[in-house]
Amino acid sequence: MQAVKIVVTGPFSAGKTQFIKTVSEIDVVATERKITGADERAIKESTTVAMDFGRLTIDDDLVLYLFGTPGQKRFDFMWEILSEGMLGFIVLVDSTRPETFREARNILETFKAYAPTPYVVAANKQDLEDAWDVEDLRIALRLPKDVKVVPCVAVDKESVKKVLLELLYSILEWIESGQAHRQPKEIEPK
Amino acid sequence: MALKGDLRSFSIVQLLNLVHLARKTGRLVIASEGEVAELYFQDGKLVYAALRSRPHSLLDVLYQARRLTAKQYKALKARAGNLNDKALGLLLVNAGYFTPQDILTILKDYYTNIVRRLFAWIEGRFVFESGVPMPKERIPVKLGLGNLIVEGSRQLREWERLREEIPDLNMALKFVEQPQTDVKSLNLSVEEWRVIAYVNPKNSLRKIARTLKMSDMEIRRIAYALMQAGIVELVRPDDYRPKRVIQHAFVNRSKEESISLVQRLINRISSR
Repeated sequence: MQAVKIVVTGPFSAGKTQFIKTVSEIDVVATERKITGADERAIKESTTVAMDFGRLTIDDDLVLYLFGTPGQKRFDFMWEILSEGMLGFIVLVDSTRPETFREARNILETFKAYAPTPYVVAANKQDLEDAWDVEDLRIALRLPKDVKVVPCVAVDKESVKKVLLELLYSILEWIESGQAHRQPKEIEPK
Repeated sequence: MALKGDLRSFSIVQLLNLVHLARKTGRLVIASEGEVAELYFQDGKLVYAALRSRPHSLLDVLYQARRLTAKQYKALKARAGNLNDKALGLLLVNAGYFTPQDILTILKDYYTNIVRRLFAWIEGRFVFESGVPMPKERIPVKLGLGNLIVEGSRQLREWERLREEIPDLNMALKFVEQPQTDVKSLNLSVEEWRVIAYVNPKNSLRKIARTLKMSDMEIRRIAYALMQAGIVELVRPDDYRPKRVIQHAFVNRSKEESISLVQRLINRISSR
């Protein structure tokens, strides 16, 4: 049995755990703990501290795992561990909370620095009245035009599927263009 | 008993506020990034400040403030270099070069600039030794801390924001391909033009700051302003080497195998 994985990352309270829950065929293995900080507790009661873990069986020989990273910066040592061997990653952003956009940009930059894989940005909570328009979000996150920003509602299975598919299409293009199999340049010590 | 700590948990602004409110007398020594600053206070007011790495006699301060020419500086150093600040000050006043008020104003500006510089120190250690008097040979001023604390608080907030916007000085700047703004139409400062001259993905912000002798805060502030104006964008420099690049899922698969695998994923998810 082959196993492959996609990583779902994003700022605190972007909806990562829900995203995985919506599409996973098993109960998501969530490592949530009660939040102690008053400011963060005002937003939600508990947060992911190690990872969320969901599964989709593709066929008899292939299974896709979805790993959700912890959103809080103090758990960022987990990001690199979870990213090893991934197909690509999804950066989930709460479209209603512009105060988290800067953090989303920092997370994206961190991932891009060590992960040469395709990614998409999922603009979550697009069903809410205060949600920023996808194109406004692109400007706020300073994303170039070739980066896909996909509208998303993490509680809606079709919406989650669309985000996953957009990422997979990007991955397919990346492989077909030969970039995935280009020999990486030797990294010299500084 | 000495007050000790690190600047991460107790900032310069908080320290000044403590000295100000408690009307403390003593010496505050702060060490950060290979530099050591000494500030002396009396009843909550700054009376003397110096950076150990920089010459800080009255003669040096007057020269740095461009109130003495290089020729005058050399001549005075040769003739009166062994005098302490108080004696030299008296000599200069008696000779009609400066008034006492001139000297105090120049020293106040000099000490104020040292404190401003400290606002950019985010990491480092400090110790406050209560009751330690300032060196007798130096000229005391009396500088209230209220305005400096307000200014420092503003700078600290700006610094935190800039650090969040540009967390890594190993990043570089490049001109945006289709700028919405014409650079020539912008009213840029000399410092901003100097940075623009170095905009190139080969130059990290750290390199530019070193070349132009700018502090971390100054280069961040200018880079941020240019980014906001839509002239430049932040990129990884050409010679950037991440500590480690993780392996993706296709490293040990052929191109055909990889395509087949992704197509299976697409087909399955589409049909769910």
